[in-house]
Amino acid sequence: MPEITEQLVELIKSTSTDLSPDIEHALQAACRAEVEGSAAHGALRTILENVHLSRQTGRPICQDTGTPIFYLWHPVGWSQRELLGQVRDAVRLATGGSYLRPNAVSALSGKNSGDNTGIDFPTVHFEEWGHAYLQAGLMLKGGGSENCGCQYSIPSEDFEASRDLKGVRKAVLDAAYKAQGFGCAPGILGVNIGGDRVTGMLKAKEQLFRPLGDTNPGADLDALEKQLCREINELGIGPMGFGGQTTVLAVKLSETHRVPASFFVSIAYMCWADRRKMITIKDGNMAVIAPR
Amino acid sequence: MAIKLTIPVTEADIRKLHIGDQVLLTGVLFTGRDAAHKYMQESFIARACPESERAVYDVLKPGLAGGVIYHCGPVVRKRPDGKYEFVAAGPTTSIREEPYEAAVIEHFGLRAVVGKGGMADKTLAACQKFGAVYLHAIGGAATLIADSVKEVLAVHKLDFGVPEAFWQIRVVDFPCVVTMDSHGQSLHDKIRADAQRKLAELVGK
Repeated sequence: MPEITEQLVELIKSTSTDLSPDIEHALQAACRAEVEGSAAHGALRTILENVHLSRQTGRPICQDTGTPIFYLWHPVGWSQRELLGQVRDAVRLATGGSYLRPNAVSALSGKNSGDNTGIDFPTVHFEEWGHAYLQAGLMLKGGGSENCGCQYSIPSEDFEASRDLKGVRKAVLDAAYKAQGFGCAPGILGVNIGGDRVTGMLKAKEQLFRPLGDTNPGADLDALEKQLCREINELGIGPMGFGGQTTVLAVKLSETHRVPASFFVSIAYMCWADRRKMITIKDGNMAVIAPR
Repeated sequence: MAIKLTIPVTEADIRKLHIGDQVLLTGVLFTGRDAAHKYMQESFIARACPESERAVYDVLKPGLAGGVIYHCGPVVRKRPDGKYEFVAAGPTTSIREEPYEAAVIEHFGLRAVVGKGGMADKTLAACQKFGAVYLHAIGGAATLIADSVKEVLAVHKLDFGVPEAFWQIRVVDFPCVVTMDSHGQSLHDKIRADAQRKLAELVGK
């Protein structure tokens, strides 16, 4: 298996400094929807200026470069242990180059490790696949938005909700209301219905890799995604919680099998600085493949 | 049109501000977040400053009088000449400092707290009583805000780690919005109340 540390450093740099076009286009549309001179319009203009400046100067879009969450799809026979070592090396190098803030702190003492590595930090998911090349995904998940994530067990003690799409809708609206602008709105919601508590959150977060403008293959889920996006925006929370037209850029839903006793709705909140990229590495050459 | 605010800020300037006003901040301020607030409370406010922390207090006490605290954990770079520069410096979530901020405003005579997400009743009451405001910076606009940081003058308590230290910085035209003013008004409370009404309408359907 090849040495890919260098390409992984490039993936980190690109994810941290260069916002994907689908997100940028959605932010531009949100800016056009606000009244000029309003705090919401000012916030979005500042955001767009910042996106441009970060890309131009190769600096992090947001200083909270979050938990680096990697997904590696690798060919048969590659060593996950070696890949993990390369990911950790890449994270150290990118931290040294100020593309990542040293963000790994001891859970209890609060002591910063200084290089973004620690116990299960960064997060790395592996999957073997049938191709002869490697695909790598990275999401930089900031703490402010992560704190807005939540999980409902339905029926809920908080509100009346049934174990169906109506109940899911109530849970997602409740989560969006509770998040207000705290997660750096306008955000993106990744939602999973079903699973156990762990798989539910995992799948919710994986929804955030989807391109903003895609279509959910499930017609019911697709319709609910669009309805929820519209309804959450009717709450009027707006960019940064200043009030305005756009509170979320998108809602993405998925479904996993559950046991009869449980019905979880798991919600991951992603900030407007939705830093996620997917690349392939073939013969040492790196290409960005999604989201477009 | 944005209102220019220069640090140190006078109470009269603060009393002129209202929620929704857009502000450009210029002058010397300090970053400070979770560890910094706990430290200020435990070392300076709850008791007389111990000798070991005297040097830090002697910088903070005059620096924060009429001054500004910014809830921020920056990405910094150390230049070859040994000086630091800010690479990325957006705001962090402020509500975590709610247990401390009112006492910090009172003790140091702070005129503004900069962060994101807003704060709660204790801080709002302190703003009204002592003449201070909460300024909301644009979350995630880290490069743009770092560019408004013209100079890193010093760093204090770097042993807290880069994000948690007190960075003493000079900013020019740092863009913010007043979301809690010194007249008891909070934009966050208004937005939440409106959203709650709308939510009830939607789920009632």
